[in-house]
Amino acid sequence: MGLLTTIDYQNIFTRVQVRGPDDLGVPIAKGIYERGTKASHNYWFGKIGDAQVGPFYLGVWGLLSIACGIIAFEIIGLNMLASVNWDPVQFIRQLFWLGLEPPLAKHGLNPFIPLNEGGWFLMTGLFFTLSVLFWWARTYTRARALGMGTHVPWAFAAAIWLMLVLGFIRPVAMGCWCEAVPYGIFPHLDWVQAFSIRYGNLHYNPFHAFSIVFLYGSVLLFAMHAGTILAVTRYGGEREIEQIVDRGTASERAALFWRWTMGFNASMESIHRWAWWFAVLTPITGGIGILLTGTVVDNWYLWAQHYGFAPSYPPVNPPVVDPALLPGAR
Amino acid sequence: MAMLSFERKYRVRGGTLIGGDLFDFWVGPFFVGIFGVTAAFFSFLGTVLIFYGASLQGTFNPWTINIAPPDLKYGLGLAPLAEGGLWQIITICAIGAFVSWMLREVEICRKLGMGYHVPFAFGVAIFAYVTLVVIRPVLLGAWGHGFPYGIFSHLDWVSNVGYQYLNFMYNPAHMIAVTFFFTTTLALSLHGALVLSATNPKDGEPVKTPEHENAYFRDFIGYSVGTIGIHRLGLFLALSAGFWSAICIVISGPFWTQGWPRWWSWWLDLPIWS
Repeated sequence: MGLLTTIDYQNIFTRVQVRGPDDLGVPIAKGIYERGTKASHNYWFGKIGDAQVGPFYLGVWGLLSIACGIIAFEIIGLNMLASVNWDPVQFIRQLFWLGLEPPLAKHGLNPFIPLNEGGWFLMTGLFFTLSVLFWWARTYTRARALGMGTHVPWAFAAAIWLMLVLGFIRPVAMGCWCEAVPYGIFPHLDWVQAFSIRYGNLHYNPFHAFSIVFLYGSVLLFAMHAGTILAVTRYGGEREIEQIVDRGTASERAALFWRWTMGFNASMESIHRWAWWFAVLTPITGGIGILLTGTVVDNWYLWAQHYGFAPSYPPVNPPVVDPALLPGAR
Repeated sequence: MAMLSFERKYRVRGGTLIGGDLFDFWVGPFFVGIFGVTAAFFSFLGTVLIFYGASLQGTFNPWTINIAPPDLKYGLGLAPLAEGGLWQIITICAIGAFVSWMLREVEICRKLGMGYHVPFAFGVAIFAYVTLVVIRPVLLGAWGHGFPYGIFSHLDWVSNVGYQYLNFMYNPAHMIAVTFFFTTTLALSLHGALVLSATNPKDGEPVKTPEHENAYFRDFIGYSVGTIGIHRLGLFLALSAGFWSAICIVISGPFWTQGWPRWWSWWLDLPIWS
């Protein structure tokens, strides 16, 4: 019984769903486009969060973004379908293996190339990028329409930086569209693996290391933060804005938990700054690491040896000569 | 003193799991408890042994210190100190320290009248670590299958074990884990940004409300999960990342010994295609 009441009290699911009138949202200034006026409800969403779905705001940026996104998605899908001779069964069967590859190396940075030699790929990249940039405008204008800060668009911009490095900035720096990442499930994984091998093990790229630290750190922080807030929901801890402007016992207990555990605590506001920076630095440092690879550093393992941070191991097998180090090797 | 302005009234007796009042006190900001004592013991011993191993190795360069697990020939037995025995004792110390830390968190939760979400979450991280250095080595029959303790040497282990399976990214559990890692980071950035954008609005505007947060996300993607929901979702995503990481490595070797790209042939060979 003691254990049962303990489990009962962890607030993992919403036990009783109260359904009032729909919340149609904080009013926004009238424009050409208006927010929808209908909302629906989903019982299972209500189990963990808000049951209300909608209303949605489309707007001009949303419309453009979705249109460009559909074009990019269609080009990729139709190219994949063409690659299996328009056979829908083989399309499903081989879907994870299918891809839209970047332009052939011989085309360099030429944007006007045959469709089947990378033209479709460049067109996809154009529409996909436009779609993402229009979506960025949407994150910005929606925040301003409600008088809110622009933290979401700037976080999104960090992710866009990584996308542009992979598909545009680094290919331009390398002088070839062929450096871009292919579209496709297994093809993009193959690209990642080949990229690491080609440049001498990306684990020795310090900016890759930073990016991984921030990625894992973000997951750690979200587990710590979400766990802490859920643990003080019994004191109203999920009302974070209220706790930020008027600290209550939920914030105090949350802070003391970490102070007593590790000697340090964030505040209800600053934990969200930690969160924002950890998440945002993941693609920022990752993008720097990708951009330096092949442009500034050709082999991260040799680079690590040069700077004395690559470990050496007791020899197990007879030594072999790395062919990359032979005279004349390029 | 290391106390926050509101802290004194929370520093009350009780809530310990074992040890009664014996270690029920604070050192500076830290709560001690019996598990604080055991955590300190294991951490100190483990750290000293790492330094001892580094001295045997002949380097104190933090990037290149490497405490390697025993050779495979020792199987699941004990190895001499300098040949992996240190790794074995350090592993015991690490597990001892991690579990002590988790139980100390439980005691602090009880003291503060909080739920047990954080120690549970830490338990998932411990599970992932134990999977790497105990469960999988035991299933494969040698402690030598654990990973070495060193900043870059453990990355070499990741590379080498990954290439044993040709391309580890074809491991379906690895795909799920990576997806959870990226999704958690995306959700964290959105949650952090949403709260900051409500409490740090446009110049001259008053602080916004959860209704504004809901309106923003419904305008944005048509759904707002809400203030409790985002923390339930975040905890689920983060713990799933750790859980699937453990799964992806424990199935590599004990369940599947070929290259992971080969594993997918079951899909290509399904009878429904013919």
